[in-house]
Amino acid sequence: MDNVSLARITMGTSLGFHIVFAVLGVGLPVLLSVAEGLGLWRKDAVWMDLARRWSLAFGVLFAVGAVSGTVLSFELGLLWPRFMALSGSMIGLPFSAEGFAFFLEAIFLGLYLYGWNRLSPVAHWLTSIPIAISGAASALFVVMTNAWMNHPAGFELVNGQVTKVDPLAAAFNAATPTEDTHMLVSAYVSTGFLVASVYAAGMLRGRLDAAHRRGLAAGMTMGLAAIALAGVTGDSSARFIYTDQPPKFAAMEGQYRTLRGAPLHIGGIPLESHQGVVFGLEIPRGLSLLAAFDPNAEVRGLNEFPAADRPNPILVHLSFDTMVGLGTLLGLLAVVFWGLVWRGRAIPTRRPLLVVLALAGPAAVIAMEAGWFVTEFGRQPWVVYGILRTAQAATPVPGLFISLVAFLLIYLALAVTTARLLLLFAERRRRAE
Amino acid sequence: MTEAEAVGAILWLSLTAYAVLAGADFGGGVWDLVAVGPRQAAQRRAIAEAMGPVWEANHVWLIFMIVGLFTCFPQAFAALAVSLFAPFTVALIGVVLRGAAFAFRAHGREAVGPTEPWGAVFGAASIVSPFFLGVAAGATASGSVRVAASDVRFVADSPWTLAFIADVGLFAVALCAYLAATYLMVETEGDTDLQADFRNRAVAAAIASGVLGLAGLILAYVGARPAFDSLLGRGLPLLVLALVNGPLALVAVWRSEPRLARLAVVAQVTFVLWALAVGQWPYLVRPSYTLDSAAAPAATLTGFLIVSGVGMLLLLPSLYVLFRVFKGRNPASAEADRTNPA
Repeated sequence: MDNVSLARITMGTSLGFHIVFAVLGVGLPVLLSVAEGLGLWRKDAVWMDLARRWSLAFGVLFAVGAVSGTVLSFELGLLWPRFMALSGSMIGLPFSAEGFAFFLEAIFLGLYLYGWNRLSPVAHWLTSIPIAISGAASALFVVMTNAWMNHPAGFELVNGQVTKVDPLAAAFNAATPTEDTHMLVSAYVSTGFLVASVYAAGMLRGRLDAAHRRGLAAGMTMGLAAIALAGVTGDSSARFIYTDQPPKFAAMEGQYRTLRGAPLHIGGIPLESHQGVVFGLEIPRGLSLLAAFDPNAEVRGLNEFPAADRPNPILVHLSFDTMVGLGTLLGLLAVVFWGLVWRGRAIPTRRPLLVVLALAGPAAVIAMEAGWFVTEFGRQPWVVYGILRTAQAATPVPGLFISLVAFLLIYLALAVTTARLLLLFAERRRRAE
Repeated sequence: MTEAEAVGAILWLSLTAYAVLAGADFGGGVWDLVAVGPRQAAQRRAIAEAMGPVWEANHVWLIFMIVGLFTCFPQAFAALAVSLFAPFTVALIGVVLRGAAFAFRAHGREAVGPTEPWGAVFGAASIVSPFFLGVAAGATASGSVRVAASDVRFVADSPWTLAFIADVGLFAVALCAYLAATYLMVETEGDTDLQADFRNRAVAAAIASGVLGLAGLILAYVGARPAFDSLLGRGLPLLVLALVNGPLALVAVWRSEPRLARLAVVAQVTFVLWALAVGQWPYLVRPSYTLDSAAAPAATLTGFLIVSGVGMLLLLPSLYVLFRVFKGRNPASAEADRTNPA
């Protein structure tokens, strides 16, 4: 395999692994803070107990997130030195700000995890707030750099040399508002449904105590609020891409021909030989309507762009439909769940519903990963859109295969051990009760 | 002072903070791996208690430094990433395994009992990481990172160059172990036997780092002239301070003066790092990049200085609170606090 492929697989695996822990680092502190706050003000032992459980799990999850995030900061240079040489001075400031946010998160997490007896109850609860704020800030800062890769701004390129660098314009580029907001709410979507899943799975095994019901309710509250916002922000993201990155948009929809009144394709496989999507559900004029609020709006097709400048529409279209499809189902699930709560005045415990809820967490993570597939595969063949091709950015060093295998084995070991530890925590709790 | 030099100073301060804080966490892993004697378990517990609340914050200095380097000196960062790919990758693997292993063991112990494989991983990775970070530093200081047009590579002029680089790696491990042992002397105040264990370890680490440090000077003369010239040029006053302070630190350790010893060892590491930094000024990566020639555009440097200033205003008070709470009086009961939340 060539270095470009090896570097892409290594980077993709590292990002895909880290993001699961990163979103929990954004979302869990909010739940922790709320649970401990309720426990404190209402003098409620069940909420307090939930906060303690989550604190223990969060200790492990945050550590794995921290070390896997370190891998990424190194890999930017180790795998993509030419990309960093070009763009370090432009995307570096959000990264630096993220460094401080991460610093604060680690410091206050140390105080939180180890400070249960050293700090007064109120002071302890207060340490959860900077964790939640800096977790969210980290996500916003880091995604700014990805937004810049999609919409490079804040500089001029003269004979291959970067000049007139404006780091603020680079950080707050046109893609930042849509990408930042969509990623932030997606972090809460994933956290909310993952937490709900854990408690739904416990309830399926017969544990219907107050802690489980409240854990499920807390997760589904975050899930409902966040999935609604994910719909709104996702919609503005897609419409931004329609104008900003037409090849990505065409790939998302499997659109080969430029059309007025373009149909929306749900599912199916885009095939160049068919100049369209096969086996998909077609909604006439749907795409034009969604993209521009105009049933006759023009949607540019992949054919308009040279073959060398097109992303792979199969990957991008299927990823996009996976994200939107699962997101829609999660939204429906949240509405049904809260509808049942409202009607029955209690947390529903029907088995079929619990089974679906237990699957919702993994589904939310898959939706988020699929969303990143859309962003990243959709930007190809560019690493910096329109400026630097991915193929030109990879490192020339030998030995990438060995480092790829090493990291794959490490991620496997970390995933297995983390899962095992979290299960053992739950097991120990159950025995203690 | 140019902006590039100011940024260089901030990054070198971060490296110093990383070395004296996270270095001690690596050293803790070294002593965990070689824990022996009747108080083996107590030694490991003291190490885990000392590291628990602070190691993640200590680790962030490394990330801050890497990010600062690629923000403000992107060309030099890319050159280092290509020419030192192997040592950085191995050090990175060590950093990942060390952190994860510590967390698994610290948080998992009460749930699953001793998690032995991760214990060994924690210790081994705590040696591998500082060794290869030291190797990368030695390779850079020896002038072995060569840039010609678009071609960047690691070039060792002689086997002595490689010996120098390996020596710097071992020196880094020894200093980490030294830092950890003296910090643990402070952490175990009140437990005479345990403190004596760490005092003996500190003496051993002091001698090892002294020998490796002096060997490094000789090897630099033979195989890494740029490093030697740095240390005996502008870096000389700091090198002299290190040579004077080294024996003093050993005396403080020998006479079981934990707080004085801790201060002296931190000073020692700081002198060594700054002797090198001042010595090779104005170079960032000798002989190809000076601070000014490798610097990012002025707007980026200004931005980084502003972000750093604002960030430090938030960071330093927070760090103060963290260390005040856990490293003030009676540090050792923090672990008990976590495992037995009231």
